[in-house]
Amino acid sequence: MSWLSKVRNSLSSLNKRDTPDNLWIKCPSCGEMLFAQEFEANLSVCPRCEHHGRITAKTRFEQLLDAGFNVLPTPEVPENPLNFRDTKKYTDRLKAARASNPYPDALTNAFGTIEGAKAVLGVQDFKFMGGSMGMAVGEAFVAGVEKAIAEKCGYIICTAAGGARMQEGILSLMQMPKTTVATRRLAAAGLPYIVVLTDPTTGGVTASYAMLGDVQIAEPGALIGFAGQRVIQDTIREKLPDGFQRAEYLHDHGMVDMVVHRKDLKATLAQLLGYLERKEAK
Amino acid sequence: MSKPMKSYLDFEKPIAELDARVEELRTTASGSELDIEAEIAKLAAKSEAMLATTYGKLTPWQKTQVARHPLRPHFVDYVAMAFTDFVPLGGDRLYGEDAAILGGFARLDGKRVMLIGHEKGHDTASRIKHNFGMAKPEGYRKAIRLMELASKFGLPVVTLVDTAGAFPGIEAEERGQAEAIARSTEACLALKVPMVAAIVGEGGSGGAIAIAAANKVLMLEHSVYSVISPEGASSILWRTPEKAADAATAMKVTAQDLLDLKVIDGVVSEPLGGAHRNPEQTAANLAKAIGSELAKLAKLDSAALLRQREDRFLAIGSL
Ligand SMILES: [Zn+2]
Repeated sequence: MSWLSKVRNSLSSLNKRDTPDNLWIKCPSCGEMLFAQEFEANLSVCPRCEHHGRITAKTRFEQLLDAGFNVLPTPEVPENPLNFRDTKKYTDRLKAARASNPYPDALTNAFGTIEGAKAVLGVQDFKFMGGSMGMAVGEAFVAGVEKAIAEKCGYIICTAAGGARMQEGILSLMQMPKTTVATRRLAAAGLPYIVVLTDPTTGGVTASYAMLGDVQIAEPGALIGFAGQRVIQDTIREKLPDGFQRAEYLHDHGMVDMVVHRKDLKATLAQLLGYLERKEAK
Repeated sequence: MSKPMKSYLDFEKPIAELDARVEELRTTASGSELDIEAEIAKLAAKSEAMLATTYGKLTPWQKTQVARHPLRPHFVDYVAMAFTDFVPLGGDRLYGEDAAILGGFARLDGKRVMLIGHEKGHDTASRIKHNFGMAKPEGYRKAIRLMELASKFGLPVVTLVDTAGAFPGIEAEERGQAEAIARSTEACLALKVPMVAAIVGEGGSGGAIAIAAANKVLMLEHSVYSVISPEGASSILWRTPEKAADAATAMKVTAQDLLDLKVIDGVVSEPLGGAHRNPEQTAANLAKAIGSELAKLAKLDSAALLRQREDRFLAIGSL
């Protein structure tokens, strides 16, 4: 029983490296027992209920970019400028996150092609401190956009974040205008900006670059919102509607262009990039 | 002689006791007893000295309480005391009118500006009307509309920030709270006119930055500005609501800390004992500080203004 609950808890963050051949996992949505390798071969989507599991940045690059992409270096930022500690030191939390993740912070960019179309792809990894936006995420976002401008190609971001990196205090809040400066520069260069909202995208990330795309895509079932559901419930003391803050709910309310199944995501991005080709300067 | 009504915070208890003693002596004294007059003067001086000491070393959590003081001057008070000729403008032209964010034409030292800010309300009825200063998407979309109007006619934009945060509710989410905040922040960054933001009470997270991505950002001496409320940080990071004071300290929410971190450009001093003890003086100090920043920004053309604003935010977090 304990192995099962352990597996269930880690389902959202499975990656190939630590999946033994004979492992079964339970879908957190429908409860179906799934053979781990088949689940991954199915892009970490449950074949029975279509639940889209959370995937790592590395897996996302592999799923969306053609072979031969380059992962871009993560810019360095001041570390723990507030000398923050809650129950643990922020530097210790960072160390622990880095020990269990391949990249040094929550947003990583790669440059490559999508069905032949050049693009810079940024991916936020929920496994790294909940994908939270601090200075490293803001700086990586800016660097990804700068690379796209230099390469005269589009920037695509797959968002995932519980919100702000609270351990960086106000400096994390300042990443909202900072990343918005970058999206404005991309627009000024006439280059496309596509947002793929993945589960979950909330807080200051949603209220900045995650809502500013030329085209807004959401993955099925993804939780997307500004305020957390518990905060809303505590404020209004009402039951939340079914499907509240889910991708389909946002689509119904006009907040995203489309909800795209993971198996169709790469082709959709390639198709969109074809339509959003840079205007020739006159 | 109309002093604003007093309302003491917990940490002001010794001051409240002295003031109560003074009041008591005043009402019991028949007016002829000289030694009572002397005693009153002595106690009043002691109270003032204690106020100076207390406010000279407020903790970040105490400052949070001062920033939220029910009698702290709000947007409507500054409209009356720091600006003239206010013309309120309403509505987002998309859905509704949100009284949590007010705005309109105003004059500062006779010069025209677009004034926008949160209003929390001052009694039960007005607090409900203004939704306690917690704006919905239509509030941010009204701010966008007013900023664009200002840009079109060359009026500098002045914002007064005072919110616990954007409203967390079903209808706010349905109508795109996140998008409204993102677009409002973007609208600040796109302005071709000077913009000065002043945090006058609480600068609460995304609901604040949406109208604070300015060329120059000022803070009143005892206001606070943070990514999440100290209570929120306490319950998430410490997993208890009890650690709000620690969270306020750890997050560095005070004007003095944020000046050191180069997140703000100036601190506007408050009268002894906080803005609520002398709103007129506070408004005068604020008007002077904003006017002085606008005068400096007036020398920049629109390209330079855009560039300065972008560089200001790009620099935060860069090595
Ligand atoms: Zn399932």
